[in-house]
Amino acid sequence: MAEEPAMAASEDDILSRAEAWSREGRKVAIATVIETWGSAPRPVGSHLIIDEEGNFLGSVSGGCVEGAVVTDALDVIATGQPRTLAFGVADETAWQAGLSCGGQIRIYVEPVT
Amino acid sequence: MKLSVLAALNAERAARRSAVLVTELASGRQRLVKAAEIEADPLGQAIGAQMAQRKSGIVSEGGRDYFLSVAVPPVKAVAIGAVHISQALAPMAKLAGIDLTVVDPRTAFASKARFPDVTVIAEWPDLALPRLKLDAHTALIALTHDPKIDDPAIAAGLKAGCFYVGALGSRKTHGKRVERLRDAGFGEAEIGRIRAPIGLDIGAVSPPEIAVSILAEIIEAQHRKPPRRETT
Repeated sequence: MAEEPAMAASEDDILSRAEAWSREGRKVAIATVIETWGSAPRPVGSHLIIDEEGNFLGSVSGGCVEGAVVTDALDVIATGQPRTLAFGVADETAWQAGLSCGGQIRIYVEPVT
Repeated sequence: MKLSVLAALNAERAARRSAVLVTELASGRQRLVKAAEIEADPLGQAIGAQMAQRKSGIVSEGGRDYFLSVAVPPVKAVAIGAVHISQALAPMAKLAGIDLTVVDPRTAFASKARFPDVTVIAEWPDLALPRLKLDAHTALIALTHDPKIDDPAIAAGLKAGCFYVGALGSRKTHGKRVERLRDAGFGEAEIGRIRAPIGLDIGAVSPPEIAVSILAEIIEAQHRKPPRRETT
């Protein structure tokens, strides 16, 4: 894996990287925050990109649920089917990958095809 | 997302043009709507509303949910005056993702040594600004205290519809500036858009502190609409 910059400055950089990854022949998924309730750490429209080896760049929550999103993204890459994920304090998943801030988020994960 | 759609979206972003990626959430069907195509789009009205707020979000139409991913150009800023405040502002603007250019015709100020990592243009605003293409995603920051340099830049910022036009100077200095702009034909509404005294009122004293207050005010103008009005 090529060395990544420690911090991608903007969403533009992240989507450009997704395109670059894909052109390098890597299989890529894009996760996007599509809805938030309460105090969510990243705004709607934030992206996380993931490749088939589990390398990722960007953020959708500030670190709370990225691990779970990466796992689902690997599935999305394998099946080629997009899916919507929900995280929050109110559901079962939240106990495994919860948002300590008490917010809830919905994330759309899609493959780059 | 098809790689071709992603590439087209990135091309629009790179060219500093607005675009919206529409995703029907149930089916995953997507289309890229460029700025010029919004009006003709079936979701044109909703897209226009999201774009005006610079915000992505879900809209429902005909029983279907669509995610509108809004791509608007990153904010750029032009500081008039290669002064101490600009020196402090440069690294902070970069951290905030704002692309800063400094313009000052006084070559002693506008030197590479004083601004190692910033684009500095040692020319008069009248000459430099047309090339910088001020637009609705640009913040204009007038910091020289010199009407010969600041006034033409402020006028250009107002005419170009910059989302933020701020000018350094006391209320008294600004009062005189307002008179000059009136004489130059600017209306009250336009003049009222100028943030002066510049910066959020956080009691800033030193140049770096003033830079913080200016950056904070730009961020506020970017995310919160309509803009805050000075009560004078």
